[in-house]
Amino acid sequence: MTEQPLLSTPLHDLHVELSARMVPFAGYNMPVQYESILAEIKAVRQEVGIFDVSHMGRFFIDGAGARELLDWVHTANINEEMLLGRARYGLLCRRDGGIIDDGIVYRMSEDVYLLVANAGNAAKVLNWLNYWREERFPEARINDSTNHISMIAVQGPKAIELLASISEFDPDEIKPFRVTRCLVDDRPALVARTGYTGEDGVEIMPHSGDSPRLWKKLMAAGAVPCGLGARDILRLEAGLLLHGSDMDETVNPIEAGLERFVAMATDFCGKEAVKHALEKGTQRHLVGFRTVARGPVPRSHAPILIETSPIGEVASGAFSPTLDMNIGLGYVPNRFAVPGTALKIEVRGKVLDAIVVPLPFYSRPRK
Amino acid sequence: MDIPADRRYSKEHEWALLEDDGTVRIGISEFAQHELGDVIYVEMPAVGARVTQGVNMGEIESVKAVSDLYSPVTGEVVETNADVKSKPELVNEDPYAGGWLVRVKPDDADQINSLLDPAAYQSITE
Repeated sequence: MTEQPLLSTPLHDLHVELSARMVPFAGYNMPVQYESILAEIKAVRQEVGIFDVSHMGRFFIDGAGARELLDWVHTANINEEMLLGRARYGLLCRRDGGIIDDGIVYRMSEDVYLLVANAGNAAKVLNWLNYWREERFPEARINDSTNHISMIAVQGPKAIELLASISEFDPDEIKPFRVTRCLVDDRPALVARTGYTGEDGVEIMPHSGDSPRLWKKLMAAGAVPCGLGARDILRLEAGLLLHGSDMDETVNPIEAGLERFVAMATDFCGKEAVKHALEKGTQRHLVGFRTVARGPVPRSHAPILIETSPIGEVASGAFSPTLDMNIGLGYVPNRFAVPGTALKIEVRGKVLDAIVVPLPFYSRPRK
Repeated sequence: MDIPADRRYSKEHEWALLEDDGTVRIGISEFAQHELGDVIYVEMPAVGARVTQGVNMGEIESVKAVSDLYSPVTGEVVETNADVKSKPELVNEDPYAGGWLVRVKPDDADQINSLLDPAAYQSITE
């Protein structure tokens, strides 16, 4: 395999200036942390943090057949009733139900949609979209805008207040899972009330050239720069799955516990397989667990045991500062996928007690 | 980066301080805690355990990674820092004092002189 040079987001130089620790992630050179991952998590849970998520794939789909193409490749109901300015989360599945990626579809205008894909899957998703366009929806147009526009997530209980202070954004109009175009710091941007932390907040998509100035403006207004390290723990605490760790092409949406994001009323690629899984049941299911005591962290691939028998392995695991305990996700046979089930997890020769708990681990207090 | 002059250092970034009672107090350096990031768990040897210079005696886990802990001297563990067990963040906040890890009764008190002096340690952290 040849080594590809790492890509950079338009915010790269700012991250370096802020002394961020940079790591390769999905082909990009990305900040994993600035000062402290735990401090960054706390900022997002209590105040407001900002994340450079410009590495994620941003694909605009428009023209006749745009809606039909998305409705076919995405498990959410991308129907005529999806109003302008709405966003829907769902999955892209293979014919056999295996999950290619997860992502949000935004309806930007009459027949213009935006699909945001995981960075590591962006090329695959683009190929998949193009395949189905050629196969069934030749009039749809697909524009890869990943490089033209950036993406900064502003997340935390004070995110909306902060955004309102520097933009025309109207939080009463743009409720969660809605999207709008408005001026942010006097420059045009798309603003989506979505995120990956379990907190209220937005994802702002400015022109790439405007993003360093916006990042600085957000920092000056009090937002704490946060890296991928904080983002990964925040999403896990909120029970949000990570493609590649918690689901992949060998797993179907039912096993992953994502049936609420699969609209069985519409036709979509993989529907027959999902229907089969719903009717016949599955062998395994994703569960959340927490350890009984603090100790070594059960990370990815740590064996999950019942007594001394291996029954699965950890998909994602981390220390949760919000819960002050180690938490994780893993696939286990259905009969063990019941909250309260006692598990054991082996970490570097030590066997830890853990318990199956309902997801999410953390929900933000609702007003 | 702070490198106190009163103690010696290992290439693996532990410090060793000879106490008045002849025991050696051991911890990790400012450089090491910074490299690790937020410490969330420390696995320490049991009191009474034998440890050997340059040999693994435990592990330090941060939010993102796990690192081995090596003993800078050979001897017997006489105390471990109970405060660090309940508050691992002490290793980040106060690595040279409150965040110490293990106290060892060395077989040979002179062994500490085989470690790096502060100037030599400084040069490997640059």
